[in-house]
Amino acid sequence: MGIVSPGFHGRRRKSAAELPPGQYLTNDFPVLSAGPTPRMREDDWEFTVTTETGREHRWTWREFLDLPAETPTVDIHCVTKWSKLATEWEGVSLDALLADVETEADFALVHSYGGYTTNLPLADLVEGQAWIVHRYNGEELAPEHGGPARLLVPHLYFWKSAKWVHGIRLLTDDEPGFWESAGYHDYGDPWREQRYQGD
Amino acid sequence: MTARDTGTGYVDGNALAGPLGELFALVAMDVTAATGRCVNCGRTGPVAALAVYDRAPGMVARCPGCDHVMLRLVRTPDAAWLDLSGMVWLRVTTER
Repeated sequence: MGIVSPGFHGRRRKSAAELPPGQYLTNDFPVLSAGPTPRMREDDWEFTVTTETGREHRWTWREFLDLPAETPTVDIHCVTKWSKLATEWEGVSLDALLADVETEADFALVHSYGGYTTNLPLADLVEGQAWIVHRYNGEELAPEHGGPARLLVPHLYFWKSAKWVHGIRLLTDDEPGFWESAGYHDYGDPWREQRYQGD
Repeated sequence: MTARDTGTGYVDGNALAGPLGELFALVAMDVTAATGRCVNCGRTGPVAALAVYDRAPGMVARCPGCDHVMLRLVRTPDAAWLDLSGMVWLRVTTER
C-alpha cells in the first residue's frame, strides 16, 4: 500500500495574511449540512463513475479499499468563511479511480447519498488534486462529516467536497449542482474569493 | 408601466407589479402562516412546519413528510435567491 502525502503544508501556524481573502482560522471542525445525515452501511455503499456515453464503472466498499491509499494533509476553506489548516485524511485519489475510465468529458457532477450534488471541471479532480476519503485524523470518517466516504477537493471551497459521495457523472456540458443552482459560484476558488455567481 | 400589445393576447411582466407586491407584503407580515404543497409527495402544510437546515451556505427547508427540498434561500451581499421549485404552490391568506 503506497502512502504519499501530496500537498503537505506542515503544522506551523499561519497568519491571517496566509489565508484566502475573507477567511478566519478555526481549530474546530464545524458541521454544515443541507439535510438529514444519511446512515450508509459500508456493505451497501457503492461508488459509481458514469461517462458521457453512459458507461458505468462501479466499486463496492471492499473494491474501493483495495485501491492504493494516500494520506493527504491539506488546508480546507468553507464558503461560510472558516478555514482549517493541515487536516489529515486517508483515501483514494481520483487519478486512481479514473485511471481506466475513457472519457472526452470536460465537466463532472458529483452526487451523494441524500441527493446533494456539486459540479466542477473534470480537470480539477485529477493530477493529485482530489480524493475520495474515508478516514479523518486517523479514524473512520464520522457520518456528520460525510462518512463512510466523502470527496475532498481542498483547492476549492469546501461545499465542492461532497459528503456521503455516491458517484460522479462525467458531462460534456456543465450542469450546476445544489448550491451552484441557487446563487453560489460555479467554480469556487477561495483564493479569488469566488463565493457567489458573478464573483 | 405595462405594455399591452393587442396582437399577442398578453401583457408584459410589469402587470405583476401590483399583485406580486401585495403578495410579498402579506408574506412579509407572516410567512410562517402560509401553506405549501410538496412537489414530491403532495403533503400540504404550513411553512412553520417545514424542517429547516440553516447551518449551511443557505437555508434549506424540507418537507416534514418525505425530506424533499421545498424551499431554498441564499443571501449574497447584493441579492437574495429564492428557490420554490420544490413546491407545487404557496398559499397566502388574504383579507376578504
